[in-house]
Amino acid sequence: MVVLAWAAVLSGAYGIYPWYRALPPPGASDLSMFPQRLLMSSPATIGWHSLGMEWKEHVSWFAPISITMVAFVFIRYGHDLRNHRQLRAAVLVFSVASLVAAGIAGFFGAEIDNHAPVQGGNTIQLSRGKAK
Amino acid sequence: MTTPYNTAPSDNPSLTNGSGAAAIFSAGVGCFVLAVLAILTDKSALIQRSLVFYKPTGPLSGVTTVAILVWLVTWAILEWSWRKKTLPAGRINAIALALLVLSLIVTFPPVGDLF
Repeated sequence: MVVLAWAAVLSGAYGIYPWYRALPPPGASDLSMFPQRLLMSSPATIGWHSLGMEWKEHVSWFAPISITMVAFVFIRYGHDLRNHRQLRAAVLVFSVASLVAAGIAGFFGAEIDNHAPVQGGNTIQLSRGKAK
Repeated sequence: MTTPYNTAPSDNPSLTNGSGAAAIFSAGVGCFVLAVLAILTDKSALIQRSLVFYKPTGPLSGVTTVAILVWLVTWAILEWSWRKKTLPAGRINAIALALLVLSLIVTFPPVGDLF
């Protein structure tokens, strides 16, 4: 879970996010290759960026930080964790927070991709949807 | 001869709670630093520019890199100084959880925009 959490945020921040925030050339009217600007171009979709992406891009990092700590405490203490009620409680809360953070990021990621699919460069295409 | 095995929690844990408290507290600090940097980046063009460590990702690269470094350095320092100690874990955990909850709240854009 730790590896997956770090892989998710690192690939998201350094692989997908640059495509999302790419700037269109001046005067471009077709924003289909520029998801952030596409979302911001309409009052009906701007919220997916200003609320969804703005929250998701930061809150998602709480998941790997929290779950790394949880894994460390479990490995360090093992069965002895049963003797540390307060540590167990804190670990449980951080685990839940990690799930909540991942849930927020996943929900907004899916919804943003529904509204402004990332298509990437010239050869890589992550989605191939038609306008409804 | 059989060795009795007590499954009930012991009053004398074999490991001190310092190491766990260090990990928990530093995780709270890491999340909080990330949240504060996210807000500062939104408010200050100077900070925004200075946190662009990788241009395609923008200031998010600096915000997360700095937060992770602060988290890991804090963790290393606390682990080194707390690992053999028994600490008031309740108070430390409460602060860490407060930092975590605050982080979740202030990164929510409508709340972050209030600052």
